[in-house]
Parts: sequence; structure tokens; C-alpha cells
Amino acid sequence: MNKLSNHQINYILSLADSTLILGQRNGEWCAHGPILEQDIAITNITLDLIGQARNFYQYAALLINESENKNETEDSLAYLRTEREFKNHLICELPNGDWAQTILRQFFFSSFQLLVFEQLEKNNDEQIAAIATKSIKEINYHIKWSSEWVIRLGDGTDESHNRMKNAIEALWNYTGEFFIPADYEMIDVASLKASWLEKVKTVFEEATLSVSENTFMQTGGKNGIHTEHLGYILAEMQSLQRTYPGAEW
Amino acid sequence: MSDLIKEHIYKILEQVSDPEIPVLTILDMGIVRDVISDDQNNIEVIITPTYSGCPAMDAIAFDIKMKLIENGYTHVKVTYTLQPAWTTDWMSEDGKNKLKAYGIAPPQNISSRINKLLFSQEENIECPQCHSTNTKLLSEFGSTACKALYQCNDCKEPFDYFKCH
Repeated sequence: MNKLSNHQINYILSLADSTLILGQRNGEWCAHGPILEQDIAITNITLDLIGQARNFYQYAALLINESENKNETEDSLAYLRTEREFKNHLICELPNGDWAQTILRQFFFSSFQLLVFEQLEKNNDEQIAAIATKSIKEINYHIKWSSEWVIRLGDGTDESHNRMKNAIEALWNYTGEFFIPADYEMIDVASLKASWLEKVKTVFEEATLSVSENTFMQTGGKNGIHTEHLGYILAEMQSLQRTYPGAEW
Repeated sequence: MSDLIKEHIYKILEQVSDPEIPVLTILDMGIVRDVISDDQNNIEVIITPTYSGCPAMDAIAFDIKMKLIENGYTHVKVTYTLQPAWTTDWMSEDGKNKLKAYGIAPPQNISSRINKLLFSQEENIECPQCHSTNTKLLSEFGSTACKALYQCNDCKEPFDYFKCH
């Protein structure tokens, strides 16, 4: 397999991994949301994320099978790869924390995802472009929902404001990884930083919040070097397929 | 392929409903993109998902196969396409009327006019029970990925709204 297609496959897998792992995390809120409507909202967003992951895994499997004569499927890629093979952003695998932290992460991630997918929509690869176009319609709803919650809590009570501040401190140094390129990435992620920051600051201003002054940024996830949390997620998510290989519903 | 076969297959597909909104056929939903057949009577039905994570797609593909097999088409393949992306504009007028009669407010604007303004809601969503347009958004996310939850300020009844997409 040549280097170019190898990069392409790795990039598609990284897009799939981030949406799958964030979906898996958000799914932990199912039946634990603060109120019923928001429980339903976060799990609906989860469904969109896992749907996007499926589209990327299916396409990655197709490309791998074409170039390497293998027999990968969306399931084998999600359930049978190890921690070092996952290329998701670290921020996706962090524990949910409280509601403030969960919605702030969604806001950071969805705002970044929109910028990425707006680039991918113009990609020469028609399937990647099609997945991006499809996903953008969903991401717009995720951004609207999470922005509103950031404002509601930031500009809410002392308690909710403090929780948002704590969430910013907990997550901020995981946002730099969005814009530090990995060698396989097909778009220039560094160039998206200014637009992302502008979006965040606009919402934060209305939420009476400020960005963190912390400038140290954690990296590694995109190259398979993860926090201690990913192993536990995979253990839970993959246990059924590892124990009963090929099991189907 | 002969137009006759194609027409026949579309007639059969009219009997396949959306498992989550059984009053709508998959043709009302606008998710059938094309039907192709060759000389050997191999049929390919091309469908597109409403949302990336729509869990009904596998059930729909299965139902399409079963319905066509019942009608004598034994070599049936269902394939998915994402391009062009489905929007609520693809839903038929007939479909929108059926939704309303079923108690779900149909999508009201063209999909490109989604209101991204924060804390906004779509205006003049009609309550499917009492037809008042004095309604409010309860949640942007409802019982399925394609619906939002609204409530009527007059008759107080909560209802699903099929959101523009």
C-alpha cells in the first residue's frame, strides 16, 4: 500500500475514532441525565456521532480491503483494534465529569468538527465529502444545543457559573490537540484555530466566561498515545466481541 | 430496464413503511433514490439515510427485501448512498399530511432555512391536536433523531415536530 492511501485510511480512522469514543462517553449519560429532555438530547447527539463513526468505519474498511486484501468490517475496526491503534482526540476519552464538563466538551468538539467538515465537504474524495455534508446538518444542531447550555450555565447561578469555570480549567489544555497536525491529516488543522477561538469567545462572552490562561497543551491521542481512560472504555465497549467473537444481535 | 418493472417495484415499495413512523411509506419519506434491474431480474434498490445514525435503516432494508421477495423478485440487493444528502424537502406533500394526521407536526421550512440563532425556535409550528400556532419549543431533541419536542400553549398538549434538516 502506498503512503498516500495509508495516510488516507489513518485519517478516516481518526475521524471515526473521535466520534465513536465521544459517542461512547456521552452514552454513559443514558438514563442519568439531569432531566428527561436533556437525557434524550445528549443520547440523540450520541446517536448522530455513532452514525457518523459508522459511515467512516465502513468506508475505511472498504479502502483497507481493497488495498490489503483483508476482510475488515465496521465492527472489526471498532471492536478489535487495541488502544495504541485508536487515533481519537484525547478530549473525547476524558471522563464525563459533571453536566457542565460534558456540555462544554460537546461545544468545543462540535465547533471544531464543523470547521473540519466544512473543509472535508470540498474534498476530492466523494465519499468523504458526502459523509461530511450529511454530518454538518447534524453538527449544526449539536452546536446550537451545546452553546445554549454553555450560556445558560455560565450566565446562570453562582453554582452553575463556578461549575463552568471548573470545566474550562479541566478541558482547556486538551483543546490544543485539535490544531496540532498529525502526519496523516488531509486538511490543515492549524489554520482552523483562529475561527474556532473566535466562536468559543463569542459564546463565552455571552456566558460571562473567559478562556483559560493555561497554555500547556496535552497531545498524543491522534498518534495512539492515550490517557489511562481509553483502556477502560475499550475494555467495556469491546468485551462482548472479545469474549464471543463474531457475536451478532 | 423496462419502465413497467420499475413502476411495479415502486408500487411494491409503497407498502414498505418507516418502522419508527409507520404511517409514512419509504416513498413518502423520500429515501428511495433509485431502482435498477438487469436482464436477469436482479433488482437493486438504492436508499439514503435520513440521519447518519438512523437505527431504522437496517430494518428498512430488510423490509424492502422481504416485500420484493413476496412479490416474486428473489434477487434483491439494497444499497446505501449518502450523496446527495437527504433533506426534509424530499418528504412528499402527501407524507406531510399523513404526519399531521398522525399527531406529528410536519417540517415547516425548507431545510436551508434552519434557524441557527441561539435560543430561537421555529415560528408558527402548528399543534397537530388543536391547530393553534401558539406553541413553544421544549427540546430540540425528541423521541427520535429526526424530531424536536414542542408544546401547545393553548391546549397544553406536548407533541413531536419533525425538524427541518
